[in-house]
Amino acid sequence: MIDVKHLSKSFGDHLVLDDISEHIYPGDKVVIIGPSGSGKSTFLRSLNLLEEPSAGSITFDGVEITSPKTDIDKVRRQMGMVFQHFNLFPNMTIQKNITLAPVRTGLMTQAEADEKAMQLLDRVGLTEKAGAYPNQLSGGQKQRIAIVRALAMNPKVMLFDEPTSALDPEMVGEVLTVMKELAADGMTMVVVTHEMGFAREVGNRILFMDGGKILEQGSPEAVFGNPQNPRLKDFLSKVL
Amino acid sequence: MEQYEAWKALLRAGEATGWQEFYVKFYQAFIDGSRWKQYLNGVGTTLLVTAMALAIGIALGILVAMVRTAHDQQRAGKHNPVLGVLNGVCQVYVTVIRGTPMMVQLLIMGFVIFSSSRNYTMVGALTLGINSGAYVSEIIRGGLMALDPGQAEAGRSLGLNYVDTMRFIVIPQAFKAILPALGNEFIILLKDTSLITVIGGKELVYAAQAIYGRTYEQMFPLIGIACIYLVLVMIFSWLLSILERRLRQSDRR
Repeated sequence: MIDVKHLSKSFGDHLVLDDISEHIYPGDKVVIIGPSGSGKSTFLRSLNLLEEPSAGSITFDGVEITSPKTDIDKVRRQMGMVFQHFNLFPNMTIQKNITLAPVRTGLMTQAEADEKAMQLLDRVGLTEKAGAYPNQLSGGQKQRIAIVRALAMNPKVMLFDEPTSALDPEMVGEVLTVMKELAADGMTMVVVTHEMGFAREVGNRILFMDGGKILEQGSPEAVFGNPQNPRLKDFLSKVL
Repeated sequence: MEQYEAWKALLRAGEATGWQEFYVKFYQAFIDGSRWKQYLNGVGTTLLVTAMALAIGIALGILVAMVRTAHDQQRAGKHNPVLGVLNGVCQVYVTVIRGTPMMVQLLIMGFVIFSSSRNYTMVGALTLGINSGAYVSEIIRGGLMALDPGQAEAGRSLGLNYVDTMRFIVIPQAFKAILPALGNEFIILLKDTSLITVIGGKELVYAAQAIYGRTYEQMFPLIGIACIYLVLVMIFSWLLSILERRLRQSDRR
């Protein structure tokens, strides 16, 4: 589904991603773990070209998105993204946050989008917040809305960039629950997270990144139960 | 009227009291020969020039800010040559306008570029607008750059194009942030209209000069127009603070 070939990215002299090749299959739940500064967020953000790779190519459903000729907006409509800091639009109501993109991109009429928004809000238990503004919500509520906003575009894959890292501890659970339901529905997901419990439970593949490379990958049982790479062992001993 | 003539005679004879002198000079400056109408016309021109210059300044400012931010935000390796040229033009414009005094710009526009035009007020308004545009563009650019880049990223990641992202997400939020700076620019503009006198624009300062040119009494006309400017600025500051409070409401709801 997403094919990454020899992806490199550097900021000035600093090499953040070092020749990464990876494939994400439909239905995959890929969880990326690793220490801060390992390049995992940059890797995720490269997948929908929020970061422009310095070298290499990324192909999504047969379209080479790193080619300058590709209409990146069309590709991004099929890839939902959830950010660490939610990035809801504070100048609009929740309803408008969710319906803006489907309506403006011509995917739905306003009425269809409104209906879809209510369905999705119902799914995360926040229908009564449709008319509220983002600043009136708690962090956990904001993040659930951000997930709904991405889902409203009917994406084929969802990218999560540390979705629980900015939350108060008691709100982490509600967001993870929504993500677990999404995974159970068969959504293809790529998740950067520090939640090892979630990684073990939901991921079908764990990637361990450090120094801009994928140092080890495998099933949760293999990665958490029998780590091979010394740096992965060191990392797990600190976080588990 | 009779009182004025009588006290004026006393003043000439050097026998007037302080109060009588004040009365005569005040009457001379504002009332005699319906001179208050000259001030009123001056205020009208001042407001007209401010409004026109503001419109030109904001239009130019938005245009320049858009070109420059669009240029800076291009995808790496995807440089549009037309945008590059436009960006160069905008940079020259901002540098020249900010690097030369307003008075000199007015003199050049009035006596060199539009030397054959007799419509001094319009030339003045145009010059002020062009001048203001350079400053407004920098204010707008600052507002656009100050906004959390995550907002634009969220818009783009949903598949919205650049223009829609700017229109629905970035600009409404940036506008709220730059309103105090824009208000400040507006007040400066209002006061700077006084400079168009140097090319013959008939605004408030022109009215005051015309009057003390006849009465040889400078204090009352000058203090008078100073008070008028002050009152105008206070009114607009108050209106701006109301607008700001309105825009803030979505934050607190």
